[in-house]
Amino acid sequence: MLNFRCPNCEITADETDLHCDGQAHIERFGAGASDDDLETYLFMRHNPKGVHFERWRHVFGCGKWFNAARCTVTLEVFGTYSAQSLVPPKSLINKIKKKRPEWEGFVK
Amino acid sequence: MFSVTGLNGASSNGSINVKDAGLIGMITLRGDLKSDAIAKVIKVVTGTNIPDQRQCVFTSKGATAWMSPDELLVMVDYESVDATIAKMEKSLQGVHSLIVNVSDARAVFELTGSSIRDVISKGSPADMSSKILPVGEVRRTRIAQLAVAFWFTSDTTARLVCFRSVAGYVMDWLENASEKGSEVGFH
Repeated sequence: MLNFRCPNCEITADETDLHCDGQAHIERFGAGASDDDLETYLFMRHNPKGVHFERWRHVFGCGKWFNAARCTVTLEVFGTYSAQSLVPPKSLINKIKKKRPEWEGFVK
Repeated sequence: MFSVTGLNGASSNGSINVKDAGLIGMITLRGDLKSDAIAKVIKVVTGTNIPDQRQCVFTSKGATAWMSPDELLVMVDYESVDATIAKMEKSLQGVHSLIVNVSDARAVFELTGSSIRDVISKGSPADMSSKILPVGEVRRTRIAQLAVAFWFTSDTTARLVCFRSVAGYVMDWLENASEKGSEVGFH
């Protein structure tokens, strides 16, 4: 069972109170973009064995979105942060690096 | 016009007492909860301050519950809802906000008994310990697969709010979960 602390209402909720919406920090391409960019935006996703950044919504709670970093192997949650971030906070990246020295770092 | 609640006075008496809380005026207010204009209007209509994160505050006039970083649930007399909304809309003119009467879109339960925490735990992932959910704190979560919100008004009384359309189901669920002989005795 995954437990996340929602940064909006500061409640620790389990995954059944939440809804996952896939990879976070996706760069969006719209009208006028090249076919390659549009394809990447629409279809190409990371599928890491290890550290993953995701968007979650506290759907049965405050209804707000947030981002989370977790491990897809051990289900360890490294932390949650505001959905209004273009990249994960430095402190969180440092924390993950300490725990997973082999991790290649955040890739957009 | 004749109004009834979604529960129409239903009640059950198992390990806890579950009953229809009756007609309650409920208004959803969304906006910037840090703004003075909203603080002022809340003070006027319920007599309370803006509740802190996840809190529910009461006066004899009404109650205000924190629902999300930009949403409050304002509770007043059922009969005075329309007048209250008119008052709120007038004083929030020009302030980015949303005010909706949800009185008839919700059902409210009054729970009484010493094992409310155990009963809700049977179908909700919320941590029901009194340290995590003390009296006066609102928890929005689910029971079975339905969105609910509840808060304790004392150690042995609580209020639970759900959508009106599922009121009958939640009533059945609570009745079943509080059946005599099924006490858990954990909390």
